[in-house]
Amino acid sequence: MAEAEKIIEIEVLRYRPEQDAAPVAQRYRVPFTDDMSVLQGLQYIKDHIDGTLSFRWSCRMAICGSCGMMIDGKPRLSCKTFLREFHPAGLRVEALAHFPIERDLVAGVDDFIVKLESIKPYLIPKESRSLEQGEYLQTPHELEQYEQFSSCINCMLCYAACPQYGLDSKFTGPGVLALLHRYNVDSRDGGREQRMQLVNAEEGVWSCTAVGYCSEVCPKAVDPANAVNLNKVNSAKDYFLRFVRPRKP
Amino acid sequence: MSARRPYMRPMRGWWRRDPFFVRYMIREATALIVAAYALVLLAGVLCLAQGEAAWNGWLTQLRSPVSIVLHVLMLAVMIYHTYSWFEIMPKTMPALFVGGKRVTATTITMSGLAAAVAAAAALLALAWMLRP
Amino acid sequence: MKRSNAPVFWGLFGAGGMLSALLGPMLVFITGIAVPLGLVLPRDFMSYPRMLAFAQHWAGKSFVFAVIALFIWHAAHRIFHSLHDVGIRTGAVAKLIFYGAALLVTLLTLRALLVIGF
Repeated sequence: MAEAEKIIEIEVLRYRPEQDAAPVAQRYRVPFTDDMSVLQGLQYIKDHIDGTLSFRWSCRMAICGSCGMMIDGKPRLSCKTFLREFHPAGLRVEALAHFPIERDLVAGVDDFIVKLESIKPYLIPKESRSLEQGEYLQTPHELEQYEQFSSCINCMLCYAACPQYGLDSKFTGPGVLALLHRYNVDSRDGGREQRMQLVNAEEGVWSCTAVGYCSEVCPKAVDPANAVNLNKVNSAKDYFLRFVRPRKP
Repeated sequence: MSARRPYMRPMRGWWRRDPFFVRYMIREATALIVAAYALVLLAGVLCLAQGEAAWNGWLTQLRSPVSIVLHVLMLAVMIYHTYSWFEIMPKTMPALFVGGKRVTATTITMSGLAAAVAAAAALLALAWMLRP
Repeated sequence: MKRSNAPVFWGLFGAGGMLSALLGPMLVFITGIAVPLGLVLPRDFMSYPRMLAFAQHWAGKSFVFAVIALFIWHAAHRIFHSLHDVGIRTGAVAKLIFYGAALLVTLLTLRALLVIGF
């Protein structure tokens, strides 16, 4: 016996710069099954109802970080969110908050990319090392110091969650600062001093007011709030001890 | 010629859009009561410096029903400040390990709250021992 | 990027926040509820001779100063940042008003405690 077809209403905030002065809501009625994600719902709309709908996606399995958007007002990955959660009331979908809308559900992420590049997101060796010395050895405990922060998939949900970033986009932001911390606490890295200048700035950790919503929404449990706020202690230590610590020549 | 015209959505009323943000604003608002109580104590120390008559005036004000009610409200807000303070405290700490295992945020919060209860008890006990 | 001076104010905010988290509730209870009502502690617990002696002792002076000063610096920092959160522009003038007020309270407390003597 065939299951009665279930329909859910998806309200999408549309924006086509060539024809819309401002974003406008459009409703679609989408047939769905319990195993369908919001992303699949959007794909259904694009394939069968309205081919003009624009949205980003790639892996469909919560690892590429492309499909972040606001689903009923919360920053979520559309591939990891299921339509059944919103039945029968329906759901509202809009582009990731705190970023400019380029088109429909596509947010302009240029600022995030610039910031990502600014923190030297790569291992800066403590001292030069030859091939003959072999690979770096790292204990499980040393790995544990940074592994959590290395799980970031650059999905920017934390930026959509962070009101301080929304109020002032000069703030470096949770995800980028978590990545900065990932490198600082990696035993192979010696670039902490170089990254401190960014940490110590107003745009660094000092724009954060410990709202903590970034860590709530992170799909990979990176806990950026922790990375940012513990670096307030590091920054304060750097501020007060700079007069007593001898400067490197 | 680019057809891009990025649209920025306004931040007005952002904290009313989610219960998480409302709770954050309430946490921040507890500072108003911390300030209020500090000002009550400031008034007291200023009166103390002015002499017995001024001090007794301050004590009389504290005995008024309005003052009692306000202090009960301040007490409630102070308690929420204590709770919310230790709730966020784990975020400021690096990873702690005890016996090879990671200390959870909940453990840190509970320890903080336990310390707060102990401190309150110690203060009351000290006052009790110093009673006339 | 310019180094921020935030650590100074954040440090005071943190110290005040911790002190008020640990002692705030009981202090409010003792000074504002218990003693005025004669509950648990007698009404003359805060009589003039007793409080004068307390404030004249170095330990009592330090305690009163620490509580008032740290509470007000904690509050000034948090309220200042909350203004920014609700959309009020927080420039140099706002900083001066809030931290200036905290400084004023600190200095008034210090002066009163010195007038009270030893």
